[in-house]
Amino acid sequence: MAYDKFTVLISTAVPLPIENVDTDQIIPARFLKATERKGFGEALFRDWRYNNDDSPKEDFVLNNPKYNGKILVAGKNFGCGSSREHAVWSIYDYGFRCVISSFFADIFRNNCLNIGVLPAQVSDDFLDKIFKAIEADENTHIEVNLPEQTVTIMATGESESFAINGYKKNNMLNGYDDIDFLQSLKGDIQTFTATRPF
Amino acid sequence: MSEPKSLFEKVWDAHVVKRIEDGPDVLFIDRHFIHEVTSPVAFLSMEQRGLNVLYPERTFATADHNTPTINQHLPVEDPLSANQLAALETNTSKYGISHWGLGHYKNGIVHVVGPENGITLPGMTIVCGDSHTSTHGAFGAIAFGIGTSEVEMVLTSQCIMQPRPKKMRITINGKVHASVLPKDVILYIISKISASGATGYFVEYAGDVFSDMSMEGRMTVCNMSIEMGARGGMIAPDEKTISYIKGREFTPKGEAFEILEKYWATLKTDEGASFDKEYVFDASDIEPMITYGTNPGLGIAISKPIPQPDEVLDGKASYLKSLDYMGFNVGESMIGKNVDYVFLGSCTNGRIEDFRQFAAVVKGRKKADNVIVWLVPGSHQVEDQIKAEGILDIITEAGFELRQPGCSACLAMNDDKIPAGKYAVSTSNRNFEGRQGPGARTMLASPLVAAAAAVTGKVTDPRTLLN
Ligand code: SF4
Repeated sequence: MAYDKFTVLISTAVPLPIENVDTDQIIPARFLKATERKGFGEALFRDWRYNNDDSPKEDFVLNNPKYNGKILVAGKNFGCGSSREHAVWSIYDYGFRCVISSFFADIFRNNCLNIGVLPAQVSDDFLDKIFKAIEADENTHIEVNLPEQTVTIMATGESESFAINGYKKNNMLNGYDDIDFLQSLKGDIQTFTATRPF
Repeated sequence: MSEPKSLFEKVWDAHVVKRIEDGPDVLFIDRHFIHEVTSPVAFLSMEQRGLNVLYPERTFATADHNTPTINQHLPVEDPLSANQLAALETNTSKYGISHWGLGHYKNGIVHVVGPENGITLPGMTIVCGDSHTSTHGAFGAIAFGIGTSEVEMVLTSQCIMQPRPKKMRITINGKVHASVLPKDVILYIISKISASGATGYFVEYAGDVFSDMSMEGRMTVCNMSIEMGARGGMIAPDEKTISYIKGREFTPKGEAFEILEKYWATLKTDEGASFDKEYVFDASDIEPMITYGTNPGLGIAISKPIPQPDEVLDGKASYLKSLDYMGFNVGESMIGKNVDYVFLGSCTNGRIEDFRQFAAVVKGRKKADNVIVWLVPGSHQVEDQIKAEGILDIITEAGFELRQPGCSACLAMNDDKIPAGKYAVSTSNRNFEGRQGPGARTMLASPLVAAAAAVTGKVTDPRTLLN
């Protein structure tokens, strides 16, 4: 299924300056029981966001009306742990289109790219600057420019580039996905399969 | 002579269908495991695109994450779990995929039943929508966890698109003390490298410690590769590997096996092969381990105090938040801490050897009154062996019960959840906040440390109980 194209995103951002956020925090296992990809936004950060009686935890950033936007800015090693793609689905369903961090776990990064959420990895220093800029002014706009591969703090013009391989970049710019591409290789794959010893 | 290659490169290169310039490799997948949680959306999306399963005989399904570990003969009570289990049943029968559902004599945790039945072989590429797929690397396979979109790719094309990871080798020579189990070895490594230290890498484990290990032990080690961020971990196949797989149900037989044996003998890292990163540790430095924080990198030798913030690799703020969640303080000793629950099981430590270790400690002792203990075999085959070897008698005599196979308290998705605020010594692989239930506090450890906690009701150095 092709997903939304991603070119240039300019938005305010939601700060989550916590390191090693694992996918069990992003979406706890008890919310993985659906058989369709629907309604996962409600379960995003469920146990940080709500008390046991389902009342919102006031001090969690998603419950703070000051912060909103299509960009999530998170501490180092974001998305570690379980391979659950539901974590990215919940981020997407909630309304984020980009996550900025100084380090992403591998499977999480792949999962993001596969459904059209851009994982933009910046340096620790630049991440810190973004956090400070949002702290100073929650209306700070961040520009994430995929064609140029840059993240810019609009107010100050400070900018840093991020890496993405050419193939994935092209996919995101055009909203293509790997499944369509692999279908186009079916002949090659069948020939290859015939050579496998097991 | 051609360029020296690492074990990883040999296996990876043999599976590349196509290289994409400035992009990932198209990698052929020999074996695909699926379970009830991460597959339903993949089947649904596949059908919406009008696609079909390309090679159903290369995919194997088992139900494990959601399944109850008592009264498995009764209908599953939770309607959502029952719905996912039913979806797996429907999808697999529709596409002709082998399915070992609840109640099937081969049912069990995906990473236990795969090797047990000879589905996992050296030199293969193996994926599953579960990050602990790295377990199968114990056989010299490239095995790693994938997301649901990738499950759909494998179903429809038997391939995935993967950037080639960097190569890391971790070498440990020497002999470990008898009280030091494979779980301690991997917890030690993660504590040295951190929960993210191997992100972007594929790890090869080398040296005496790993060649001395049983296949069960190697699986425990490779299983937790993901807990330091690695894409996977692998160990070169040797005679132990070959004798483990020989004769199992799906292992090729006769001449086919002999041909493969010759190929498998080539699966080792060549002299002079290069690695992007190397670590070398000494076996004699490793003691029984336990974790005290909320990521698997926060582990220490059980006899040591909880470190100061500047002694750990994590950021200070995250570290203190983590201790706060656990209700622990810097400088405290782990020994003597209260334990409410003990969990022996999971794809990390739910194999026969783990139950043997547990039984060795509890034999002739009694379960402590203050703990609830869940002993959960990884599969029916493990369960049968526990009975056949007389382990069931030993643990029953000591006041414990054996449950039925499944993931159980590893992930708080079925009924086995640790209540909020309670402390669990767990042989599973993740101590994240809420992993074993909302508010649950997990201390990861080996089956020996779990057994010591089960009979004393607190964190206890197993060396004080072993003869
Ligand atoms: S035992 Fe735990 S880690 Fe292993 S497959 Fe089951 S849920 Fe995943």
